Amino acid sequence: MAGLTLADGVAAILLLALTAYAVLAGADFGGGVWDLFASGPRRKAQRIAIAEAMGPVWEANHVWLIFLLVGLFTAFPTVFAALSTALYLPFTIALLGIILRGAAFTFQAHGEEAVGELAPWGFVFGGASIIAPAFLGAALAAVATGSVRAGGGPDATTGWISWLGVDLALLAIALAAYLAATYLMVETAGDPLLQADFRRRAFGAAIASGILALAGLALTWRQAPLLWSALTGRGLWLLIIALANGPIAAFAVWRGSPRLARVAVAAQMVFVLWAWAVGQWPALVPPDFLIQGSAAPDTVLRALVIMIAVGMVVLAPSLWLLFHVFKGRNPAAAVTNPSP
Amino acid sequence: MDNVTLSRAIMGTSLGFHIVFAVLGVGMPLLMLAAEGIGLWRHDLVWLALARRWAKAFALIFAIGAVSGTALSFELGLLWPGFMAFSGSIIGLPFSAEGFAFFIEAIFLGLYLYGWDRLRPLAHWLCSIPIAISGAASSVFVVMTNAWMNSPTGFEAVGNRIVRVDPLAAAFNRSTPTEDIHMLVSAYLVTGFAVAAVYAAGFLRGHGDALHRRALPMAMVMAVVAAGLAGITGDISARFVAEEQPIKFAAQEGLFPTLSGAPLHIGGLPLPDQHRTVFAIELPNVLSWLTKGDPNATVQGLDAFPRDIWPNVVLVHLSFQVMVGLGIALGLCGLLYWLLFVRRRAPPTDRWLLMALVVAGPASVVAMETGWFVTEFGRQPWIIYGVMRTSAAATSTPALGPTFAIFLVLYVALGLTLTRLLLLLAQRERRRAASDGTGPRP
Repeated sequence: MAGLTLADGVAAILLLALTAYAVLAGADFGGGVWDLFASGPRRKAQRIAIAEAMGPVWEANHVWLIFLLVGLFTAFPTVFAALSTALYLPFTIALLGIILRGAAFTFQAHGEEAVGELAPWGFVFGGASIIAPAFLGAALAAVATGSVRAGGGPDATTGWISWLGVDLALLAIALAAYLAATYLMVETAGDPLLQADFRRRAFGAAIASGILALAGLALTWRQAPLLWSALTGRGLWLLIIALANGPIAAFAVWRGSPRLARVAVAAQMVFVLWAWAVGQWPALVPPDFLIQGSAAPDTVLRALVIMIAVGMVVLAPSLWLLFHVFKGRNPAAAVTNPSP
Repeated sequence: MDNVTLSRAIMGTSLGFHIVFAVLGVGMPLLMLAAEGIGLWRHDLVWLALARRWAKAFALIFAIGAVSGTALSFELGLLWPGFMAFSGSIIGLPFSAEGFAFFIEAIFLGLYLYGWDRLRPLAHWLCSIPIAISGAASSVFVVMTNAWMNSPTGFEAVGNRIVRVDPLAAAFNRSTPTEDIHMLVSAYLVTGFAVAAVYAAGFLRGHGDALHRRALPMAMVMAVVAAGLAGITGDISARFVAEEQPIKFAAQEGLFPTLSGAPLHIGGLPLPDQHRTVFAIELPNVLSWLTKGDPNATVQGLDAFPRDIWPNVVLVHLSFQVMVGLGIALGLCGLLYWLLFVRRRAPPTDRWLLMALVVAGPASVVAMETGWFVTEFGRQPWIIYGVMRTSAAATSTPALGPTFAIFLVLYVALGLTLTRLLLLLAQRERRRAASDGTGPRP
């Protein structure tokens, strides 16, 4: 791939931000899904585990989306405008989901001790956690199939409605649930019964996302030639890795190896996203918006890259600290945090 | 309503809602930092309990600020695709910087809120420093982009195509210093008075424990310092606007003819069709003196500009009067509090003063909102002053009406639930402190 430009570099950074959002915030949406479908004798314990896992990190995970949006309109302003126009409805609905999810989670997490169980907000938390990834998934389908055009067109604001869109919406929910359940297997390592609950859920989500992914491939082959040529062209090697990694991840879940499963399932999300993104290169939003042609002037891209590099010097250690304190094996925490 | 009006209505509602939480996100961390710091330094459990209580409330406030801010990032594109296609690359840099500041704030807030038992006391307190810094930085960065809409510089366009961008020149435009500083001190002003109102109300209802006796003066320190600074920066801003956007200045002052020795209108109602302002207290020559330092200096009036680029004069003038009037009243309120404090060498708890402080909380929010009304309505009909009209920037999507209705309902529901939860939280904290004896003692 000779001749990579500054614009390609910025596009790659945005892909990394999208990946981080999918892998981290995706699991937070999945937590909402499992909160809604908490069941069995340990339903309360399941909800507590979800709230404890999400509490310290969900807001930081959410910022990847802001990072992505801001980076997109800085580096590719016309693409941001075209996406916002063509995908007005799915974006607005996803936005409502994102707002309600965050607000409801916070009301539950910090208000529960004030008013007891906030049943309606608990329901909103779960419902919104399904709506947001579903409509973001449908929007991604619209981008990948080339329905976002530069000049608008007759179906300019309805082009996102397709069978593949429906499939990707469901796949986004399933993958989010899959991620969440495997992460929760790690979090609940101290409680074998609770861990088994999440293992069953993870395996169910694995089967569901596998079926939806294969159905998506079939739909792509029949109905989305643009995406099909991307996935079978430049993105083929990533697609093959994804197809090989899927069973490995499911096997790790089935075997009950939470730490391996966590890595494999997160990797699955990465491979699927990258197969699409690498496949459609050099387009950003095919077919009209090429990375090269729609990028901001180089002065802006250079300033943005410098800004991100400087920002990362502060951000990277901060993120490390956050995940080290709350997600790492933290013997000090176990000692200083007496169990009730 | 047409799309431009609806887009403005949705954006304005979202901004007006978000900014209340945004300013608390700037000011509250500084209060928490101070309270916990004093508590650790003096080994004072009451200060530590206060920091903990503020953190609980702040967790709710910050989350609503975060999600309502997300709405704005989306709405920039959903409502104003024409604006973003043109200016995204020009103002993207400060927005990206704001993204990083938000990141740092969210990360350390996570550590702060959930780290009371996981981190050592000093480490926990240190986490409040990046929260306070990044909160202030967010405000500074994001207001830079608004300043650019008032003083668009740092780019070259051929028609609608941007051919050259100097992102630093755009970020540090002429409006940046005055807008940034005035907004930052206003954030502390609102936080100070809002927190003071909560504890003044507590005193009035007979909950004046040791916690209240520490919280109220601390909030009033922030409030009175910020009020003084807001007055100074506000005066500088007004004089700057007279230079930079004389039409906005004429509208906020309700001045129609261009005059040497222009009078200051206090209050009053501008009648744009009759080209005069009625019912105002007129102070002869004062406007010229305030603006240029010379009582006989010439000040441009609205009549110097074509009618089709006038902003909504009535709204801008009245908003400006409300902001300035409330600002002065708030400053006096703060001064009075400290005057009584110093004279008596004890926090004053006079009923009338406490009642005034309870009113001062919401009044400070009104002052800030009307201040933004002046900035935003005063810039109309431009979205980018002198470059792009607001009407050229709005989306053509057909679904704006329902969107507006849904967002209105959403914001009302979120605001009511949040208020209810904060009240219940306060009640419960009080009950716990009273019943188990671990709470602060007088």
